[in-house]
Amino acid sequence: MGAGRLYAAVAAGGFRRYATYRAATAAGVFTNTVFGLILVSTYRALWDERPHLGGWDQTQVVTYVWLGQAFLSTLAIGGGGVENELMDRIRTGDVAIDLYRPVDLQLWWLATDLGRAFFQLLGRGVVPFVFGAVCFPVYLPTDAGTWVAFFVAVLLAMLVGFGIRYLVALSAFWLLDGMGVTQMAWLAGFFCSGMLLPLNVFPGALGEVVRALPWSALLQAPAQILLGHADPLGTYAFQGAWAVALLGAGRLVQSAATRRVVVQGG
Amino acid sequence: MAKTAETADGSLAEGFIALQDVAKVFEVRRKTGFLKRERREVRAVDGLSFTVARGEMVGYIGPNGAGKSTTIKMLTGILTPSAGRLRVAGIDPSRERRRLAHRIGVVFGQRTTLWWDLPLIDSYRLAHRMYRIPDARYRENLDRCVELLELQALLDVPVRQLSLGQRMRGDIAAALLHDPEVLYLDEPTIGLDVVSKAKVRGFLRELNAERSTTVLLTTHDLQDIEQLCSRVMVIDQGRLMYDGPLAGLHEAGESERTLVVDLERELPPVVVPSARVVRVEGPRQWLAFPAGQSAAPLVARLAAEYPLVDLSVREPDIEAVIAKMYAEKAVS
Amino acid sequence: MGEVGEVGEVGHPGRGRVREAVREGVRAYLMIAGMWVRSTMAYRASFVMTTFGSFATTFFDFVGIMLMFSRVDALGGWSLPEVAFLYGLSGTSFGLADLVIGSMERLGRRVRDGTLDTLLVRPAPVLAQVAADQFALRRLGRVVQGLLVLGWSVARLDVDWTPLKLLLMPVMLVSGCGIFCAVFVAGAAFQFLAQDASEVQNAFTYGGGALLQYPPTVFARELVRGVTFVLPLAFVNWLPATYVLGRPYPLALPEWVAFAPPLVAVACCALAGLAWRAGLRSYRSTGS
Repeated sequence: MGAGRLYAAVAAGGFRRYATYRAATAAGVFTNTVFGLILVSTYRALWDERPHLGGWDQTQVVTYVWLGQAFLSTLAIGGGGVENELMDRIRTGDVAIDLYRPVDLQLWWLATDLGRAFFQLLGRGVVPFVFGAVCFPVYLPTDAGTWVAFFVAVLLAMLVGFGIRYLVALSAFWLLDGMGVTQMAWLAGFFCSGMLLPLNVFPGALGEVVRALPWSALLQAPAQILLGHADPLGTYAFQGAWAVALLGAGRLVQSAATRRVVVQGG
Repeated sequence: MAKTAETADGSLAEGFIALQDVAKVFEVRRKTGFLKRERREVRAVDGLSFTVARGEMVGYIGPNGAGKSTTIKMLTGILTPSAGRLRVAGIDPSRERRRLAHRIGVVFGQRTTLWWDLPLIDSYRLAHRMYRIPDARYRENLDRCVELLELQALLDVPVRQLSLGQRMRGDIAAALLHDPEVLYLDEPTIGLDVVSKAKVRGFLRELNAERSTTVLLTTHDLQDIEQLCSRVMVIDQGRLMYDGPLAGLHEAGESERTLVVDLERELPPVVVPSARVVRVEGPRQWLAFPAGQSAAPLVARLAAEYPLVDLSVREPDIEAVIAKMYAEKAVS
Repeated sequence: MGEVGEVGEVGHPGRGRVREAVREGVRAYLMIAGMWVRSTMAYRASFVMTTFGSFATTFFDFVGIMLMFSRVDALGGWSLPEVAFLYGLSGTSFGLADLVIGSMERLGRRVRDGTLDTLLVRPAPVLAQVAADQFALRRLGRVVQGLLVLGWSVARLDVDWTPLKLLLMPVMLVSGCGIFCAVFVAGAAFQFLAQDASEVQNAFTYGGGALLQYPPTVFARELVRGVTFVLPLAFVNWLPATYVLGRPYPLALPEWVAFAPPLVAVACCALAGLAWRAGLRSYRSTGS
């Protein structure tokens, strides 16, 4: 019980910390909205040429665009979550202090990142999505059940997103220059999550592959539930499996890294 | 250009650095409610007038937020004054910032003017070209700084890897390569260890003596002033509270030094002329005496009359002196 | 580049003063940028890797467009080589501007941490110093990628090349770079007022770059009007490329607008210079 309250407090701290950057949040909302406008236009042109591409109609792809803009910072798809801070702590050696704290390193950062994600969802996600829903014909389910199912998938997406970025951050234990890894993570995040193009539009075998990768649990999975194109339970199983695999891998890498720090006498 | 040269001659008479009724007013917006904001004027500098002659070394002190940094920023041309007249070497800093830059050197204690990610020597090479320093002059100045500030081993180290003391020495050298006539130092010894402080002070003293560079330094450290400056200016709430020698400051503030004596055993408060016991704790006693007075006769007297084990002198701290001065002014 | 020097140190800048500021600015810019290049070259392997990274990340942009065209033959009535032509022009112009002046987006941070003051005590225009700081040759990756796509599209396009059209190509790239530079400078000027809002700048720089990769026929009329008459990004590639490709003009504009980009670029840079001047003046009177 005590531990649960501790991590809840950590998450609340993460939420508050990001909430202090008001001007930055407003600027982010503006930028997300501009990019949303550009993407909506290009996707509508695409769907004009090929109606029902990927099984979606125009309203559904518009919803998808605004969902993507809402999730970009929430799920830190291209990076920009708490992993940057963790990487800095690893590089400066401050992480050694964290390791001696009576808390679990992974759970601590997970809680902080969840706090951040909830703030970004409310602060940066809602406004562009509402803007899109008001200004464009969008597809929105009317039954509460679909919305509940959708939000469960968003929660799981947050876990998967953190799982990926935690591994990225831990690479700093071995790699001195994090630039390359961060760049790769950004690239994979944009391409494989469907920010560049919805994954159901990817052709042939490439589509099969990207839809099986963990990044498809981020944006594509919740979006398909909201748009009524996926069975929630199957989606949860897919997301949950990746969350377990990634968080488990994170745990293994973390213990290897910890041994390394201890051996170095950190 | 010719016109400004004329004013330069004219202003030399009134001082190398001259301020007349200079004011800087900021408008601060504060959140008072969810969307409500309150506007408030803050007079960071309020009717400041003083002159500094060429070759003077002046300490500029005051509590945090007194307006010290704002003054320095106006003197370097970073900030434009809201009112008043301000000249440095005959130049109006805010109007001719870049022309002034050739004639002044600036060291900010809290942030470096060096290029953070590059080796120290790169900052110097860039200054060489940016300030158009003649080759021979550059080499001579650099060699001198490297020798006196002991920078040889640091030249190829990226600035971000330098310790605070090393970086400060590097910053001072960078500010001097173009032979500035004025050097502004904003807290040059803040956070430095004793050895670094001594090095920096020794260097500045020599610079002033040999090249008669005018130096204006802000500091929290009274020892900086004591060891370097013949004159001190105190500013508080944007106004000049005192301008004169350091000893006079102590008199003006009626400040007192404290002599801490350790006796062999617990004794009743000692009795000596011109000092009074302010505190007793076991065998240790605290004696206050006027800051303008020498401690030597007092110590001799104590040693002769009491079983003395150890003693030390504590300087009054600057904030206390100023607080006292300010309180008196308010009363009168 | 330092086209818009830190003019207006004095209340009434004379012509000579402006010219002098520009010359000083270019000189300081080249000195500082040169220093960064030399220091980058000390770590050659790292330079090669990050340049490739910059190339690869922008390349995936184009992969997205190719994937779209794997499902359709035209977008807004434009074929893949035609869209690639727009993409190459926009990518190269933006890449050049980002290479030259991309560091401007860090201005807000410099204001917040107070390091802008250290630039103000040096005898060089502040704009040139901010623009040249952290000059990163690796940003060439984006330029190279843009040029490759442009070259590929030109090889695939069926255009009747006239001398005028050939001449328009380099003019477009340079003017486009100028227009994007103006956007970078104006964005930095805005950061004097709102230091945390550097992301707003991204909406216009990266957002503008992304917008111009697609044909104007894809976008709503109001948006096309906005980027023609308000924020004249359309002059980077849409209008001159329309002429080169011999397609109908958006908004029924006259044909000569295809040759307006140099004028538009100069006007944009002048306006951005004024905005910068106002921003710097406000900084120097408020200290924040």
